[in-house]
Amino acid sequence: MSDVVEKTLTALPSLLSLDSHSGSTKLSSSSKLGNLIRGITELTSKHEEEKLIQRELASIKEQVSSPNTSMRQMKELMVRAIYCEMLGYEASFSYIHAIKLAQQGTALEKRVGYLAVSLFLNESHELLLLLVNTVLKDLQSTNLIEVCMALTVVSQMFPKDMIPAILPLVEEKLTHPKEIIRRKAVLALYKFYLIAPNQVQHIHNKFRKALCDKDPGVMTASLHIYLQMIQENPEGYKDLTASFVTILKQVVAGKLPMDFNYHSVPAPWLQIQLLRILAFLGKNDQSSSEIMYDILEESLRRAEINHNITYAILYECVKCIYTIHPKSELLEKAAKCIGNFVLSTKINLKYLGLKALTYVVQQDPKLALQHQVTIIECLDHPDLIIKRETLELLFRITNAQNVAVIVEKMLEFLRGNKDDYTTIDLVGKVAELAEKYAPNNEWFIETMSTVFSVGGDTMQPDIPNSFLKLLSEGFDSVEEDRKLKLFAVDSYVSLLQGEPGKLPQRFLQVISWVLGEYSYLRGELDAATVLRLLAKLLDTKSTSSETKSWVLMAMTKVCEGGVGVSVAQEVCETYSSSLDTALRQRAQELQHLSQDRDLRAKVLPREAGSEPLEVDSSLSFLDGFVSEALAAGAAPYKPHHQRQEELAQAKALSMEPYGLPISMSSCSIADRQSPTLLSVSSGLSGDSPSLSQKGGSTTPKLDGVKRVWGRQGYLVQTEPVEESDLVEVTGPLQSPNQQAGADGPPSQTPTLKPTPQPEQEKQQLASSLFVGLGSQSSLCLMGKPEATTQRFRRKAKGPVLSSSTGEQISNSSVSASSMANNLLCNDLLDSNITSETAAPSLEQTPQLSRDLPAANGACAVESTDRDVKENSASLIGDNRLVAADPAPRGDRGKLKDFSAHLPAEFSGLCHSDISPLASNQSLDVSACHVQKEDSLVLVVFMYNSSDDAIPHILLELRSDELEVSCEGDSPVEEARSRSVAVCQYSLTVKKPSVHVEVAGTVSYQLPVGTSQSVQFSYKLPLTSFIRPLTVSTEEYGTMWLDFSHDTKQKLTPICLGQEPLMDTLNVLKKKLKLHVVEIIGMEGIVACRVLRDQPCLMHCRLHAGALSVWLRSPVPDLPDCLMYHCQRALQEH
Amino acid sequence: MMRFLLLFSRQGKLRLQKWFTPMSEREKKKIIRDMTTMVLARQPRSCNFLHWKDLKVIYKRYASLYFCLAIENQENELIALEVIHRYVELLDKYFGNVCELDIIFNFEKAYFILDEFLIGGEIQETSKQMVNRSIEASDMLQEVRCAGTHSHTQHETWLASVV
Repeated sequence: MSDVVEKTLTALPSLLSLDSHSGSTKLSSSSKLGNLIRGITELTSKHEEEKLIQRELASIKEQVSSPNTSMRQMKELMVRAIYCEMLGYEASFSYIHAIKLAQQGTALEKRVGYLAVSLFLNESHELLLLLVNTVLKDLQSTNLIEVCMALTVVSQMFPKDMIPAILPLVEEKLTHPKEIIRRKAVLALYKFYLIAPNQVQHIHNKFRKALCDKDPGVMTASLHIYLQMIQENPEGYKDLTASFVTILKQVVAGKLPMDFNYHSVPAPWLQIQLLRILAFLGKNDQSSSEIMYDILEESLRRAEINHNITYAILYECVKCIYTIHPKSELLEKAAKCIGNFVLSTKINLKYLGLKALTYVVQQDPKLALQHQVTIIECLDHPDLIIKRETLELLFRITNAQNVAVIVEKMLEFLRGNKDDYTTIDLVGKVAELAEKYAPNNEWFIETMSTVFSVGGDTMQPDIPNSFLKLLSEGFDSVEEDRKLKLFAVDSYVSLLQGEPGKLPQRFLQVISWVLGEYSYLRGELDAATVLRLLAKLLDTKSTSSETKSWVLMAMTKVCEGGVGVSVAQEVCETYSSSLDTALRQRAQELQHLSQDRDLRAKVLPREAGSEPLEVDSSLSFLDGFVSEALAAGAAPYKPHHQRQEELAQAKALSMEPYGLPISMSSCSIADRQSPTLLSVSSGLSGDSPSLSQKGGSTTPKLDGVKRVWGRQGYLVQTEPVEESDLVEVTGPLQSPNQQAGADGPPSQTPTLKPTPQPEQEKQQLASSLFVGLGSQSSLCLMGKPEATTQRFRRKAKGPVLSSSTGEQISNSSVSASSMANNLLCNDLLDSNITSETAAPSLEQTPQLSRDLPAANGACAVESTDRDVKENSASLIGDNRLVAADPAPRGDRGKLKDFSAHLPAEFSGLCHSDISPLASNQSLDVSACHVQKEDSLVLVVFMYNSSDDAIPHILLELRSDELEVSCEGDSPVEEARSRSVAVCQYSLTVKKPSVHVEVAGTVSYQLPVGTSQSVQFSYKLPLTSFIRPLTVSTEEYGTMWLDFSHDTKQKLTPICLGQEPLMDTLNVLKKKLKLHVVEIIGMEGIVACRVLRDQPCLMHCRLHAGALSVWLRSPVPDLPDCLMYHCQRALQEH
Repeated sequence: MMRFLLLFSRQGKLRLQKWFTPMSEREKKKIIRDMTTMVLARQPRSCNFLHWKDLKVIYKRYASLYFCLAIENQENELIALEVIHRYVELLDKYFGNVCELDIIFNFEKAYFILDEFLIGGEIQETSKQMVNRSIEASDMLQEVRCAGTHSHTQHETWLASVV
């Protein structure tokens, strides 16, 4: 940094000379602002400053409200008000005057007015509405500067609801003769796109014009929009790839005006923007990537000047090269580039090098090996930022062999860390690594103990939750389960015997739960001992009342035997009169259950956690009660928003058809406070501390009970949803008051004690950190290499045969092989860096193959029925053996054949094109979707292009927007050589979005023993899920009133003949499969549903050549998405 | 996207604040406090980048004044550093040998320049000449129908082959 500073200082000598007042004060030394500023600097105390400013504000307030104040004076006052606000004193009285100044002042005054507005208010401020008229007027002004000012303020902040009012005027400015106006208009539209993408959809063509604008400034501005749009939907803009490449070529070749150069680099900001766009376009797309290779190489070559700006471009270039479809020469050059960064003595570049390394290391772990020495140096860097970034990198290269060292490094950092945000983040990472790669039980429990003590009460609540879940559900081996639980019990007992007062509350809760559930496993441990330890916690002052609930609950589970009961009774006496109702209830429970042995065994059965539990959040067990109440004449329950609507309706006359005079925004606010939370928490009203974890012991078993009540009130026929995130609900209830013990007890995590000599120390560290990295090099160009050994593989919920205990690798075998592995990796590295065919080493082979039996069921975590169907068709119709070497990619001819493998039941149905998704040496994955009347089926084809059969294939699908469930009965377990395996999944929409995406991983084991995975994603538009909804006009009317989410927009109707409304609706009906309910005159009502059963209603009205469309649905975001598709359908027509 | 830009003195006095995303007063105050303590505590010759929550904070010191720019995680830190530098260059060109006092006494001008350079958290115009021209034009308070024409004669068709 030093030379950068020096350079700057020589360039700007005056910045150094604070003393030379020459010229700087010439403008305002005598002004009131000048006096104010000088007055403040002369003061010595904060208190005096406050007094002075309050006096100043009082005088400003008096003057602004005086009618005699001229606009000129007002401008001066406003500047002073801005200054006071900057110092942290509120001047809200002046906000309205700022708007007035923008409205009434002449140009210079107006400018200050607008500035004050943009500094004082933000998007949601209500006063901003008053600005709309001023902006409208200024946009129409003949004075260019006024237009500029209006556009500037609009692109900084504008109320979302008022965009339609000014949109036509801003649009018009796109063709303005002055480039500065065009540029500002583009930026304003970019802002609109960010806050309300629906509103600017119709001007996408104009964006293209802006992209071709002759002024480079306007073109650059349009790239902001393109970057955003391409990020959201790269498929839609592939045709522009060549154009972006051409622009970049011209920029790099220096064809832009000199004025755009920055330190003799042509338009660096523009270059970076383009590189980002190209990265999005080339991702997973070979043909687009091929267009870019030349210019990327050129960019790498051109960036030679030793200046920050060229490094910035290089960094972006490297990122792009590693994001797009790989080309080995480019990768090599990019890797060299990263090397230069990492090795640089400039600390900023080193930082960026580490960041780049973190980004690419998943694809190319060898790169980390190359820089192991530097990485280790960075790990001890005095600058914490560098250290932190290094840990991030290590997190990405962790595997089963180096996990202990890396986790130790992370914990070491955590112990010295003070920033909460970093703690939360790192603690989460440690927990993730521990669960994934733990070498043995002791290490796992001890590491998690450190996580809990260091993470304290700030950490994410899902860490203790998933830890407890892992303990209770166990994994494949029963014996291992037992050992893990036993070890946890032992280690927690010894913690409680120490100084439990220092432990964080969350940890104490975990401890008490574990002791409550599993202390019986340790036969020689007397129940009374455990009870006394727990009772000691109750007496500790720092224990929060929530934790006390957990403790009491644990005691209820444990209390046994004469002594135990007497300890319990003592505790009950204290707490059964507690003012805290939850505690009192627990105490009462303890009292009764400790006396009645049989009842306790029934209520709190041992090992209940291993049985799956479904929480009935719909409270269907109350159905009987509800129907009785209804029969007795009680009013039926109405959801909150409906009550609001009816209330509002009663107050005002309805002017709109089916209309509601309350605004959209108030509706959505009401919905946010909708009964979900209430109903869930009331479902938890028992408030048992263990309920949130497993609850099996206290809640009634409600499997198979039909869910009748839900988020939107009465549910007609929705599928039961497992409320697995109930756990979250308890989060906010927790009192975070006890932070004591954040430092925690000393961890007992095993450390590799280094030898005193520093060099040797580093080498040893290197060998333990980078173990097992090189071996996977050949598989991971396309995706993240799958972990080969995952210890705590979650057990499938269904009946799964547990495999032998052979999966465990003993500690000693790891350390024995680790040195050898490391040597091997280094060897590989030396001999051939780019080698793509590293064979699995001898040391690893037996170890990996030992893992094989456990691979089954590895992915059956979330879904109980992830069964995959093997298609019998592939066995018969497979006669296209390719004689030549199986070329993994580019062999597109064979893809056509997949349609023959489409299951027979889909033959008459309409299906999408079968698109190739991903491939590697042995497996090609393709997919298509089939539209059935009541469902949408995703069909995945996996073609085994190798000569060997692939056993143990697992296909895992996940999606944020969709619910994925398996169709068919038997899982695909193998794909024979050169044949196709087919799986079907039925998809329904969980969260509407314009385009929805399913991501998947196919993991399998090759016969030689290495495990491989292929990742892919499949995108489909929401329209595939739309089905007509047949309702009568009356039904439509009642539904309309029930729905709370809506959106309105004007669309351009289609005019074919006499009946534009009819024509438009017909087009929509055909393209989107909507159901036209009725057309009355110039109005039409239409209904549809999105699978499965999310209705959406549409009302449209033709007026003055425009079609006002109003969409309404009970599902948030659905109207907006559907509006988008309607608009698209009409535009494309 | 950039999130905010703060200018403060070595004593931690705020000289300029620009928030590119809506933020409550309380959040702003907390951020200003966090930024000044974090940045002022940095040793010389250490990295110019910091982490703050999920944001990256890029800071640079010019004489007695600290420029501190927060960007989103996936952004490029080095280019952000140059954004700061370009802003300093623009100030320098406008004030002619700019110093902290210029910014203290004419902070509204510093804001005007910033609004021509960055908008809504994105770069608006990277050409120094263009930014200054539009500032000067506004300063002159005239109807500018023909002033400030950017000459493109030789580059008129530089994008002709595109699209």
